[in-house]
Amino acid sequence: MEEQSKISRRAWVATASGVVAAGLIKTQADAVRLVAQEAPPPDPTKVPGRFTSELGARAPAEQPRRLARAQALSSASQTPLQDLMGIITPADLHFERHHGGVPTIAKERHELLVHGMVERPMVFRMADLARYPQVSRIHFIECSGNGRAAYTHDSMRPEQTVQMIDGLLSTSEWIGVPVSTILREVGVRPGASWILAEGSDSAVMSRSVPLDKVMDDALLAFGQNGEAIRPEQGYPLRLMLPGWEGNAQVKWLRRIEVTDRPTMTREETSKYTDPLPDGTARQFSFVMDAKSVITFPSYGFALPDRGWWEIQGLAWSGRGRITRVEVSTDGGRSWRDATLQGPVLPKCTVRFRHLWEWNGRDTHILSRATDETGYVQPTVQQLWEVRGEQTSYHFNNQRAWKVARSGEVTFGLGELV
Amino acid sequence: MIRFARATAVALLVAACQPDAQDRPASSVYGPEGSAFAAGTPEGLPAHAPARFGFGTSASAARIAAWDIDVKPDGEGLPAGRGSVEQGRQVYMTHCVACHGPTGTEGPNDRLVGAEPWGEWPGSLTVGGYWPYATTLFDYIRKAMPQLTPGILNPDQTYAVIAYVLHLNGLVPADAVMDAESLPAVAMPARERFVVDDRVGGTGPLR
Repeated sequence: MEEQSKISRRAWVATASGVVAAGLIKTQADAVRLVAQEAPPPDPTKVPGRFTSELGARAPAEQPRRLARAQALSSASQTPLQDLMGIITPADLHFERHHGGVPTIAKERHELLVHGMVERPMVFRMADLARYPQVSRIHFIECSGNGRAAYTHDSMRPEQTVQMIDGLLSTSEWIGVPVSTILREVGVRPGASWILAEGSDSAVMSRSVPLDKVMDDALLAFGQNGEAIRPEQGYPLRLMLPGWEGNAQVKWLRRIEVTDRPTMTREETSKYTDPLPDGTARQFSFVMDAKSVITFPSYGFALPDRGWWEIQGLAWSGRGRITRVEVSTDGGRSWRDATLQGPVLPKCTVRFRHLWEWNGRDTHILSRATDETGYVQPTVQQLWEVRGEQTSYHFNNQRAWKVARSGEVTFGLGELV
Repeated sequence: MIRFARATAVALLVAACQPDAQDRPASSVYGPEGSAFAAGTPEGLPAHAPARFGFGTSASAARIAAWDIDVKPDGEGLPAGRGSVEQGRQVYMTHCVACHGPTGTEGPNDRLVGAEPWGEWPGSLTVGGYWPYATTLFDYIRKAMPQLTPGILNPDQTYAVIAYVLHLNGLVPADAVMDAESLPAVAMPARERFVVDDRVGGTGPLR
């Protein structure tokens, strides 16, 4: 080790000397740039660091990535939940789901048309919207198709990461103007009860949303984690519906029509509806029910030895705050309260922790969340009983990881059902 | 921040999804005066905020007409034009077959044709088996199809290809012609099966 350090330091000095000799280093900045391109030196206190920069970058060894498997116009990429800390998702790792690709939109030309059952139909440019009093809130967005791989018998494969199973979940600080402020500006006519929100992508993504939700807490969001919303999240403007399924939170928003009935678009009829065993299909199932996932340990990690480990995960509910997360380390036979790491915000993810002394034997670890309505995250058997295995969305059942004697961790729900 | 009567909103939600409810005017969620803001000031606005800020510009009728392209389940928004099953077959074989297959069942993208017996509900989520409103086809195709050249079909072609897909599903006869009158009148088998979300959270029975 010591010998290697000497060699690499010698090699660095030789390289630097060679460059100096060749006349490539003329200023201190040149020298620092050279240093920055090198591998980490054996002793960073003996080498000058690099200068300031206009745009930061992650440490070379820290390169979390979305999982973008399908290269198609209608596709998704998943957030690496296993690599993240706290509750905020870095904007460049926020999951994607789009139906016609990510449009390229010029912010200065983008406009929002608000019309229908209003007193004054109006057009707002982005500069107009930015002049209204703004609000900022931290909320999760989850695709209602998230977690299908933890629901049906066929899909419960052991070799799946938490990113593959539940990565259509991200949390951001969202900044924008309440839709209620804009509807106040245009004046809603009596009898109005819905809006149609329409996007400016090549799928012209459209969803109907009840007016009471819009007036309650919907946002016209243009900011995300301190900067403009990323193109993949709807730049320059998206609808934000706290706690509701991601699809209804129309991105690249260009039009709001105030109506007295739903439009019955494709995405709220043939998609994003839930066939049930009694022969019906549940429609307008907007709210994301309480759910939790353990992110560590999970598939991709291994526990090298028995002893103390901190189990971590995320819990969230579209109906309000998470009030309790319980963790089982014996396959669901007994449960203990996990610690909720604040802040605990409504319609937002909360990180939970549970200190566990692993005895080195095979076991399954599970989590279950309770929200402020008293709703407890159900087992998959409970969901199967009321919704059948063929339902299409809303898979918020408890998950399980198997921790093997070897320390290997795999998705373990399939062994418990 | 205003609190609206949840019961009223839920009742409206339910009413809006009953058969033909879209033809009835719903009562206002904001009371008889129609003032959405009588109960207080919206979140984010201080008490001294003006009733109107005056930002933004009036939308002209022409501007609204250019962008207001959606179609409601009662047919509102459908343009003039018409198309037959036979004309639709030609449109389909030109613009749709590559993604949906020669008979609408092969893919590689969404399967369009085939109504499974109800005993196998939901079976395939096809137009004949799962789509509750025929008007949705016009709304969706005009906006988003064909996927690589969205908006390329004119109203006649759009009506025609819808007629063809409905015919492949056995929902209209071979001599059917679709237009703003006939399309909303097509009876869709899945219509009666859609119910409004009844999940409520809390400690009651899981739904």
